[in-house]
Amino acid sequence: MLKDITIGQYFPGKSAVHKLDSRFKIMITGIFIGMLFSADGFIALGVGLVFLIMAFIISEIPFKLMLKSLKPIVPIIIFTSVLNIFFLDGAPLIKLGFIKITAEGLRTSAFMVIRIIALIMGSSLLTYTTSPITLTDAIERLLSPLKKVKLPVHELAMMMTIALRFIPTLIEETDKIISAQKARGADMESGSIFQRIKALTPILIPLFVSAFRRAEELAVAMECRCYQGGDGRTRLRQLKSDGKDYFALGLSIVFLNIVIALNCVLG
Amino acid sequence: MPMIKTEGLTYTYSIGTPFEKTAVNNVDLEIEEGTFSGIIGHTGSGKSTLIQHLNGLIKPTSGKVFIDGQDIWSKDVNIRDIRFKVGLVFQYPEYQIFEETVYKDIAFGPKNMGLPDDEIDRRVKETAELVGLRQEILYRSPFELSGGQKRRVAIAGVMAMEPKVLILDEPTAGLDPKGRDKILNQIKEYHRQKNTTVLLVSHSMEDVAKFADKILVMNKAQVFCYEDTPDVFKRADELTSIGLSVPQITRVFLELKKRGIDIRTDVYTTEFARKTILEYLENKGKRGGANA
Repeated sequence: MLKDITIGQYFPGKSAVHKLDSRFKIMITGIFIGMLFSADGFIALGVGLVFLIMAFIISEIPFKLMLKSLKPIVPIIIFTSVLNIFFLDGAPLIKLGFIKITAEGLRTSAFMVIRIIALIMGSSLLTYTTSPITLTDAIERLLSPLKKVKLPVHELAMMMTIALRFIPTLIEETDKIISAQKARGADMESGSIFQRIKALTPILIPLFVSAFRRAEELAVAMECRCYQGGDGRTRLRQLKSDGKDYFALGLSIVFLNIVIALNCVLG
Repeated sequence: MPMIKTEGLTYTYSIGTPFEKTAVNNVDLEIEEGTFSGIIGHTGSGKSTLIQHLNGLIKPTSGKVFIDGQDIWSKDVNIRDIRFKVGLVFQYPEYQIFEETVYKDIAFGPKNMGLPDDEIDRRVKETAELVGLRQEILYRSPFELSGGQKRRVAIAGVMAMEPKVLILDEPTAGLDPKGRDKILNQIKEYHRQKNTTVLLVSHSMEDVAKFADKILVMNKAQVFCYEDTPDVFKRADELTSIGLSVPQITRVFLELKKRGIDIRTDVYTTEFARKTILEYLENKGKRGGANA
């Protein structure tokens, strides 16, 4: 059940997208988000989608996995589309009492839905094709100029690495605890909301206990190895960029420019 | 009628991803009521996956599971009832403890069964005594206890449901030898008192050899064999060839045989080893006498 959660899950592969320098991938994802938000009309948004689909095909990530990444945001999608359909002013298409559906409403809601889906798919593509460790390395490098203003960049990145590292562990742990309590007859699938919240106690308490235990063990282990972050620390994995990274970055900038140009021409 | 029966049981993890793996492959198994069976096999041989099928925590990819003659995935069966019938103690079960007192934690299972309070009280006190927890401990927080004691609380929590089948996944992992023997003896005692069908998953051949009547050997997601303990150890050579360690004492006898001494090799307890050696020496003495 919980194993189905895919946010932040790395899907190993050897595609060109996988091989891109992760710093560039983060920048490209940023530019892609820029495309989505600067697009004013469907055509401009379509250009963004073409970019996404291209990256998606090259990455060789199974389509099913992409759909799975959308599952958690289904409520958000429904919520936004309903809000937009019913509460936008304009010439009504259908009118039922105080409910009216306008052409504007339909258009905006379709636009928003596509935008949200593309946004989630684009960022999932980043996490699917980049291992969490290289991702945080890249973030650290991208943020390193902020060291000048005394931001503890290394510590922040380390915290992120640890947090990411423990997501699968904690998911596995939660799965195990749920199984163990189910084996003792815990009922989590029926009853009122209040009963269901109460039914979470046997899961949450052991989970917190084990999270604290793990944190302490990790802290001790790091202390024992004289861990000291920041300056003077060399890296096991060096991030390297070459022609193909610059090419991909250039390509995404070209796409962003097309989107902006389309906005000017059509808007 | 067997207590546990599986037909063509197969389970594949993460179908359609690069992590796809068949953990249990076409397992047919029949376990009679009241037997104490050991399950051994390498890490990743499918032991844990197999046992989680037996109380319906995992739904098989294909194949069937019967408990007490009932197909547990048929529509008219409530899976919770199966879980009360088949008690499962996970690896490191102390990590599932959550209540304020030991008493409440042991009572969690029986309470979920909807038993009356006096029956719950009887079961909690009885199982606590059986696993060697003193009365005054019952009202303390389980988080104050030692690792071994916590383990006992967790095992008692499952035993208190008085399941017809008790499955334990490595109940002795991480305990010292003394604590290990103690817990295994308590499980054996419970088995004797309640005539429960017990399945004991273990890495230790010694433990399994000492306590189990029958042994199920898993290898590469399949059942390698399921036979009476002595018969399994007659095949000690095969066990070694699939990379399982046989008890130390059996290894001694295998080595003796290899060095040309005509002695039986299905020896797996020290007690029996003593007898075998004495017998051998006596026979040899006789033969020696005849030759002279």
